Amino acid sequence: MFSQKVAQQSLRRLAVQQPLTMQWSMMRASPAAVALGQSMQKRPVTSSPNTEDPAQILVKQRLNRPVSPHLTIYRPQIGWIGSSLHRITGVALSGTLYLWATAYLASPALGWHLESASMVAAMGALPVAAKVLIKATMALPFTYHSMNGLRHLMWDLGRGLSNPTIIKSGWTVVGLSVTSALALAFL
Amino acid sequence: MASLRTTSRLFAASRPLFRPASFARSYATVEAKSIDPAASENPSMKTFKVYRWNPDTPSEKPTMQSYQLDLNKTGPMMLDALIRIKNEIDPTLTFRRSCREGICGSCAMNIDGVNTLACLCRIPTDTAQESRIYPLPHTYVVKDLIPDLTLFYKQYKSIKPYLQRDTPTADGLENRQSPEDRKKLDGLYECILCACCSTSCPSYWWNSEEYLGPAILLQSYRWLVDSRDEKTAERKAALDNSMSVYRCHTILNCTRTCPKGLNPGRAIAETKKMLAA
Repeated sequence: MFSQKVAQQSLRRLAVQQPLTMQWSMMRASPAAVALGQSMQKRPVTSSPNTEDPAQILVKQRLNRPVSPHLTIYRPQIGWIGSSLHRITGVALSGTLYLWATAYLASPALGWHLESASMVAAMGALPVAAKVLIKATMALPFTYHSMNGLRHLMWDLGRGLSNPTIIKSGWTVVGLSVTSALALAFL
Repeated sequence: MASLRTTSRLFAASRPLFRPASFARSYATVEAKSIDPAASENPSMKTFKVYRWNPDTPSEKPTMQSYQLDLNKTGPMMLDALIRIKNEIDPTLTFRRSCREGICGSCAMNIDGVNTLACLCRIPTDTAQESRIYPLPHTYVVKDLIPDLTLFYKQYKSIKPYLQRDTPTADGLENRQSPEDRKKLDGLYECILCACCSTSCPSYWWNSEEYLGPAILLQSYRWLVDSRDEKTAERKAALDNSMSVYRCHTILNCTRTCPKGLNPGRAIAETKKMLAA
């Protein structure tokens, strides 16, 4: 009984001296702390109020975000290097074909001599090394693109898509296309 | 940390009592002496170069920062090295991590030129070679090694990654499936959406706005082959355009890089076959 009285009295005293502490939120503090008048939370430093909308901070950051490095840092692997070579050789081959065909069509009007007979004569006049070099540079994109194309057809059937097979078939295509290009160059 | 190690073994037992919480040793740090006494005398220092960019100073260009760690005192995985750098060298280094065992997909990043999970990637023991760590390629960087994957998750949402069916089951309880049909989901359901494959794909680098990318297409195939799903036709119709699937040029970086050993390339090839059929 006595202890209860003491607690009640000290609570009353607290209510008079520091009305703020008697708010409902403060009542949840431990009775002992309330009785001693030490239930007030003390914050030595005040945090600065953030008046800016947090969503806007994010939007502002988004405008500045850099794109992480990609092509320059990715490890060179037969898969994607081979694929980009497939694209490059494809563009080069079709580009050459279109250029040649247009030039051939326009040659009578422009007075160029692109007929087979004059081309054969021009090639024949070149030294052997130049012949082989020209033929190899023409043949390699062709052989590589054709053989890698077969690889693509296989993939489109859903075959040869496991990791070891991809690597093996990639290097096989490189080997086969180089040897066949050399064979064509020395014909 | 180093000074704590040299204290007498007598105090070793009581040490945790006195050590403040900030000194708590993580599992990323290994007490070298406990394994091999010679190891602490011959430190094997390895250099880690880490991509840094801070959104608070956006005008400064991204840089590569070097850190040196003694591999004898570091756990075996790249994530251990990163955690050790953060704990002991530079607390400002920022990266995502959670499970440290390759099931959450948080720590996906580009390590030594290949996308992988840092927690599943062993630190190469060759100390002469430095290790380079970048965020996932061709992503917007939030900070340091953290990429913005908002678009990735949006694309995942767009394929409706949940079971869609209208007819109730026979017993009104479960959607049953034969063991053979269940087997079709193996190699698909294990995907943890870490985004390693999507961000390794050059097609996704150039066309991420419209091309779904390998991870999302693998997930999409997972629902296409699910025997319980009844919206296969709608799913196929949603993919049947020039961008969603057909920006895949079978480069197969996805299959090569998947840290879980899955095959997104095959899933896309099968999707193409389904669309053509």
